[in-house]
Amino acid sequence: MVEITQTQLTELTEPMWRIRLRLLSRSFIENWRLFKEYPIGIIGLGIIVIFGLMALAHPILMKYVWEPRVYDPVIGYDISILAHPSPPSSTHLLGTDPLGRDVLSQLLYGTRFGFSLGISAALVSVIVSTTIGALSAYYGGLVDVIFMRLADVVIMLPFIAILIVLSALIEFNGFSLALVYGLLVGFGGQTIVIKSQALSIKVKPYIEAARAAGGSDWHIIFTHLIPNLMPLSFLYMMFTVTGAVFAEAALSFFGLLNIRMSWGIMINTAQAAGYLLAGPEYLHLMLPAGLAITLLCSSFYMVGRALDEVVNPRLRQR
Amino acid sequence: MDENGALVNVIGLEKRFAVSAGVFSRVKGYIHAVDDISFDIPLGRSLGLVGESGCGKTTTGKLLARLMDPTAGHIYLNDELMGRIDLAEIRGQELKIFRRRVQIIFQDPYESLNPRRTIYDTVEEPLRVQGTGILVEREARVVQLLELVGLTPAASFLFRFPHELSGGQRQRVAIARALVVNPAFVVADEPTSMLDVSIRIGVMQLMSELAERLNVSYLYITHDLAVARYMCHEIAVMYLGKIVEQGETEEMIKNPLHPYTQALFSAVPIPNPRRDRVAIGIKGGVSAPIDPPQRCRFYDRCLVGDQFCHDNDHPPLEDKGAGHRAACYKV
Ligand SMILES: Nc1ncnc2c1ncn2[C@@H]1O[C@H](COP(=O)(O)OP(=O)(O)OP(=O)(O)O)[C@@H](O)[C@H]1O
Ligand code: SF4
Ligand SMILES: [Mg+2]
Repeated sequence: MVEITQTQLTELTEPMWRIRLRLLSRSFIENWRLFKEYPIGIIGLGIIVIFGLMALAHPILMKYVWEPRVYDPVIGYDISILAHPSPPSSTHLLGTDPLGRDVLSQLLYGTRFGFSLGISAALVSVIVSTTIGALSAYYGGLVDVIFMRLADVVIMLPFIAILIVLSALIEFNGFSLALVYGLLVGFGGQTIVIKSQALSIKVKPYIEAARAAGGSDWHIIFTHLIPNLMPLSFLYMMFTVTGAVFAEAALSFFGLLNIRMSWGIMINTAQAAGYLLAGPEYLHLMLPAGLAITLLCSSFYMVGRALDEVVNPRLRQR
Repeated sequence: MDENGALVNVIGLEKRFAVSAGVFSRVKGYIHAVDDISFDIPLGRSLGLVGESGCGKTTTGKLLARLMDPTAGHIYLNDELMGRIDLAEIRGQELKIFRRRVQIIFQDPYESLNPRRTIYDTVEEPLRVQGTGILVEREARVVQLLELVGLTPAASFLFRFPHELSGGQRQRVAIARALVVNPAFVVADEPTSMLDVSIRIGVMQLMSELAERLNVSYLYITHDLAVARYMCHEIAVMYLGKIVEQGETEEMIKNPLHPYTQALFSAVPIPNPRRDRVAIGIKGGVSAPIDPPQRCRFYDRCLVGDQFCHDNDHPPLEDKGAGHRAACYKV
């Protein structure tokens, strides 16, 4: 038991949780100030916000504005138009696809899908790579050898090709694709990066001080090692989003995914019906989805680049 | 308490590190970082461990704080709470209690505090992992400790991050973290060597004052003799993993026996420029203790060594009168 002198000199004027909340917001503001200095990050963030609004808009439009029978991204059909695909018009701002479905509705629906896919894959990869990187660095030995050799193997695999092969064995839907992609990234290169960072943190005297205080391995890993890895992990999440969205597009293009609608499927539909290189009047079938994929991928990449600038100089300066 | 009243007994302590040429090649030899040393630290007294860079001071400190396991030898702690324990034998709950009794302060205050944790988190950590008290008690204890180490008003430091503090303030935080669990023994590994000269004295004063007040003994590691003199009752001089001389601080300074100690002490700048320095020679540079030959470790640099020193093993650390021990055939 701690002996506490009755003369407690300082009274805390605020409860601890309020102080902590204030600290959190202060460090957030600090990081934001640094981030703001990189236009590339602001542009990326802007694009992400626009996509976010698009994803939110879809269910609202479906409920209050669009007639589901006509505008459903998968089973909708506009009988008032004779020939599909039809060019952009006032009722269908981006036209309709070869099956008579509204392209704008598909685009908005695909946004939500792309977002959730990218972010789930990123979450899976970051959880896997941070855990394994931290454990390998901390314990070393056999655990380390096994996971690092595994990473060496995974890093050499061409992901898209592997996913295509795997799709012959597993029926991919959005969820399983996110999982598999996240695992590939998590067990691969990302682990190596995180582990080397963890190795440099592991030898810091504050880790030794925590051990001298009686902290268990778990305590050290979760309160010292992993929190100091988080900035780097978060940065790599951004790049995983990009990769996952791109992988989805590629797999859908080949028709290997069992999902209702996505940007990749939009391109696949146009391609399957023979409109891929059919001339400028059918551009509305390809361009929106293609552009969306490119923009979403690059926006997360840009944010990642800017975060890199924010995170790394500070890591160095410490 | 054992019969001679020592808080710490070190007997035949050894630590070797394997050196290999490359990642896959086999072991080339061993660094004898700590090579068969024995000493006692009496209760309520502090021992200064002095020596050049690489002589094994930090390794000794870490062994005593059980942050490393020795290759051979024993370290005993005679603690009022735990009784006489052999550091190599404690496990589990006992080891956890040991962590409360023995603490360590590191050299570099920029690296010894987690940059992502507040001062409060850092100082509270030992209490929390030890499961001491309830939250409000721990909060009060942290405040008390910050005030004890001179970080006042404590409330203004609690929720700052290390990078918002100066080197001296950080080292005070590290001292607070070490003392928050009421240890009996603290290993202080060159705690002031990274600080500006102007603030060193303050930190040293604080540490010696706290030792008195809280009844703590230090193993005070330093390469600065003046610091050891200020902080410690006794000094032990280390050379390439061996203790070559040990004795009461003032006795050691007045009357150094070992050729290495004499050289070391004569290298200390003397404040009065008119007083002549008795420069005592030393030759060559410090070598790495990789599988040292079976003779006096200091032989290669010693100016008074002869064939006898060359042909015989490293001299034993013997009492040369009044508890002043030296390891040299020529004394
Ligand atoms: N973990 C380790 N692995 C291998 N060799 C080590 C390790 N730690 C220390 N050594 C070696 O052991 C010897 C003693 O090192 P130690 O850090 O104890 O010296 P020191 O007296 O504290 O020096 P300094 O004054 O530079 O801090 C050195 O030769 C060092 O290279
Ligand atoms: S034993 Fe011989 S070589 Fe060693 S310090 Fe003494 S005189 Fe020098
Ligand atoms: Mg050292």
